[in-house]
Amino acid sequence: MKSSTPLGRVVRRGSLKAGFSHWWTQRVTAVALVPLSLWFIAALLSLPSFDYAVLLQWLHDGWHAVLLSLLVGTLCWHSSLGVQVVIEDYVHGHATKLVSLLLAQFVHVLLATAGVFAVIRVATGAV
Amino acid sequence: MAARPLSPHLTVYRFAYTMALSILHRITGVALAAGLVLLVCWLQALASGEAAYAQFTAVASHGLAQVVVAAWLVAFVYHFANGIRHLCWDAGYGLNKVQARRSALWVVLFVVVVSLALIYGFFVAAGQS
Repeated sequence: MKSSTPLGRVVRRGSLKAGFSHWWTQRVTAVALVPLSLWFIAALLSLPSFDYAVLLQWLHDGWHAVLLSLLVGTLCWHSSLGVQVVIEDYVHGHATKLVSLLLAQFVHVLLATAGVFAVIRVATGAV
Repeated sequence: MAARPLSPHLTVYRFAYTMALSILHRITGVALAAGLVLLVCWLQALASGEAAYAQFTAVASHGLAQVVVAAWLVAFVYHFANGIRHLCWDAGYGLNKVQARRSALWVVLFVVVVSLALIYGFFVAAGQS
């Protein structure tokens, strides 16, 4: 009976279902957001102003565009996971809950795409 | 729609200020999610050319919009600090009552100091240059 590995004993026993992946991804994105958001705030504070030309020039640096894209994507991902839990906790009624969850996810994917696409457009000089 | 365990109802417990921090984490989280729309609008305005960006900044420089941005900044600082507190708990540190209360006070202190510094940096110092 004791021939299974420690992992084998816990798999499918409750703690390793989809909830774990959700919980873990929420933490991974949180950890990633610590340096990314610190970098963004420091970068904004170091700019002489938020004028159009200043920001355009700042985003023409490839690494700024890469990090800002990562920040927007990770923020949306983390936000999507968090809002999902809030909806699951406080929105009652099967249909309302399902519609809210779908809507929240669609909006987050839309925000991530629109945000990253805007950064790429500026960074590649399409503006 | 996964059958994950849901959060317990707050009304069952005797109030402690650590609970206020806990519920504030959610409230600021939802507020920050709403603020993401503004962040993306800002980036889209930037990508849509000088005229679009001028339109955006005209709205953003309105007093009410500035209050919203300042509130968003405070919400961010709070969620950031308390989020790190949560990550420490997840790693198994600071879980007993005394430690949790002490870290709660550190979070409040951090939020007050850093929010004031950031509001100064973004609104006062930026306006002078």
